Formats: sequence, C-alpha cells, structure tokens
Amino acid sequence: MWIYEKKLQYPVRVSTCNPTLAKYLVEQYGGADGELSAALRYLNQRYSIPDKVIGLLTDIGTEEFAHLEMIATMIYKLTKDATPEMMKAAGLGDHYAIHDNALYYENSSGVPWTATYIQAKGDPIADLYEDIAAEEKARATYQWIINLSDDPDLNDGLRFLREREIIHSQRFMEAVEILKEEQGKKKFF
Amino acid sequence: MFTLYKTWHPIASPFDPCKPILEKTFSTPPNLYIGFQPPNLPQFSPQEALRAGTLWKAFYDPYFNPFELAKGGNPR
Repeated sequence: MWIYEKKLQYPVRVSTCNPTLAKYLVEQYGGADGELSAALRYLNQRYSIPDKVIGLLTDIGTEEFAHLEMIATMIYKLTKDATPEMMKAAGLGDHYAIHDNALYYENSSGVPWTATYIQAKGDPIADLYEDIAAEEKARATYQWIINLSDDPDLNDGLRFLREREIIHSQRFMEAVEILKEEQGKKKFF
Repeated sequence: MFTLYKTWHPIASPFDPCKPILEKTFSTPPNLYIGFQPPNLPQFSPQEALRAGTLWKAFYDPYFNPFELAKGGNPR
C-alpha cells in the first residue's frame, strides 16, 4: 500500500515555453533508462530478492515514481500552451497528431514504452547489477539533457534528480555487499 | 589531485570532417570510490540536504553544462 503526499519531491520551475526541451525530457519519462522503467523494474524485482534488500527496492522504486511525477510536471509546463505550429517546429508534430499536448510514455524519438526495457532474472546479483547500470545510465541521460537545455530553473531540478541517481547507485552497490556477506569481516582474499 | 571528472584524448586525424574535440571529459561520481558507506560521515543541514539531493556531503556532486562553463557560464 502507498500513501500519497500531494506535493513534488523537489520544486519544478520552468522559465520558458520550450517544447523542444520537452521532447528531450520525455526520454526520462518513457525511455529505456527513464523513471517509469526504474520504478517498475525495482518494484517488480522485490518479490524474488533476499529479504535483506526488499526494503531498499521498495524505497527506491517508490522514489522513482516521485521523480516520474517531477518529469511529468516539467514536460507538462513546457508544452501545455504550445500551439500546433510550435509543436511541429519542435519535432513534435507526429506526437501532436496522436496525442494533442497530452503526455505519453514514449522515448524522445516517440517509441512507446515497452516492458522489454526492464528485466527480472531471479538471480539477486544479476538483478542488482542491472539496477546499478540503470542508475548510471539515467545519471548520464540527465547530464546530456542538461547539456541540451538552456533553462537554468529546469536544470536546477535536473541536477537534483541526477544527484539522486548517484545515491541510488550507491545504495544498490551496498546491497550487493550485504548479499556477499563479507561486509565488515576484514578478510583479505 | 583527486577529481570527479576524468579526461582522455581521442585520436584526431587531419582528415576529420568536424573540428576535432581534443579532450573528452566523463563523470566518475563519488559512489564509485566510497564502497559501503562508513559511519559518521559529515552531513548537510536538513535545509541544505533537501536542495542538494543528499544528506551526505561526500556524495554531493553537482553537474553543470560543460559547454556553458567553457563559455564562461556561471554555475549558480
């Protein structure tokens, strides 16, 4: 069960109406290494992982939904008043033809989200290594979006999200150490 | 000197069609170095932590657009 708090994890400020930026940001919404993939990957892997790390997957999977909500807010603000002409100029003409200005789970090239982006191997080490890789890939994606963006307010929010990827990667690496059961034994191989 | 960004130098040919990038930089964030988090690391204040995205100073690694920094852009 979840309890919903009706506010964003970090304030989302957008200074310009810029649908092109929304097109890039959608990568973190419905892309392979986006927040939706992350949330569903972790919350699904929980069931078949040793109980010592279930709580971590629950916590991080839940936080990913908070990030998804921030990304959604950014995309919404960047496109909500964009005219069809502006959408077309931003390369979102085909998106507009299908969805108007609605959000959709797709990547920045318009490819719909698919469950093949995530995996559950049932092997705890394989799953956690996938999670670590996913966090590093999401961190890199945030860097490239910051490089593409000229909106300082938006970049402030993206910087926060990138920092969270670093922390999540750290915690997943600690989870691997816990499962290796050699943590703190001061044993040298 | 320790840094969270590493550089390397791709091969540049005199026949490269685009102006060659002589030095490339990539991020190596602090989580790659710390291992299992040791106890009693220095913390941000709660207010600072909410802005930074982490409670732990050792894990704080803000990213700024390097192309803007090169043009003299000012990280806030």
